[in-house]
Amino acid sequence: MAPEVLPKPQMRGLLARRLRFHMATAFVLSLGVAALYKVGVADKRKKAYADFYRNYDAMKDFEEMRKAGIFQSVK
Amino acid sequence: MLPKAAWSLVLRKGGRGRRGMHSSEGTACGGGKTPRYTNCYAQRHYPMPEEPFCTELNAEQQALKEKEKGSWTLLTHAEKVALYRLQFNETFAEMNRRSNEWKTVMGCVFFFFGFAALVIWWQRVYMFPPKPITLTDEWKAKQLQRMLDMKVNPVQGLASHWDYEKKQWKK
Repeated sequence: MAPEVLPKPQMRGLLARRLRFHMATAFVLSLGVAALYKVGVADKRKKAYADFYRNYDAMKDFEEMRKAGIFQSVK
Repeated sequence: MLPKAAWSLVLRKGGRGRRGMHSSEGTACGGGKTPRYTNCYAQRHYPMPEEPFCTELNAEQQALKEKEKGSWTLLTHAEKVALYRLQFNETFAEMNRRSNEWKTVMGCVFFFFGFAALVIWWQRVYMFPPKPITLTDEWKAKQLQRMLDMKVNPVQGLASHWDYEKKQWKK
């Protein structure tokens, strides 16, 4: 026989172990990405729109654009 | 991987069927004899090849094969290794060894990137026609000024980065 005997490798439950690890990782990563998106993109965008329209004066905006000369119907 | 597995299924079905039909004739022709390009070499994605690695066996190897038909506990360690080497040309460790091929591949890829860049640079200098009027700098400046006047995307986009009082980009 061989001089040194190697330890017997893991023979069973290989798929179960892989699934456990990857399911847990996938769950955590998905939740993390979703949370980061909600905070970093969605909430940020909602706040930007809220801040923009809080003190928005459409007529003032229109006058500025008219003076810049981009309209064809009013000069 | 998939074509090889499918092909081996086809081979096995064909071999068995044809052997079944010809068995009464005595000489069993082993179906379609494919040349031994890869069916005797194990690969990482196909570790159990169809054909054994050594098919021409000398006398002592034949004797060993006969001994293999008996109880395996009677085989010595050296005989087991010899039988393995008859069946497979490389162990798993040898078959899965790393190589430095990736460096060659990446080197060639980058080399041809650079070569293509040189060719396109020469074309830019000697072959390209003048830019369309809409891509000249003056036109692009006037276009940008008009977009700012229209307040394009004022919430998060272009006009939100322009400071209309100071007439410059926001810091």
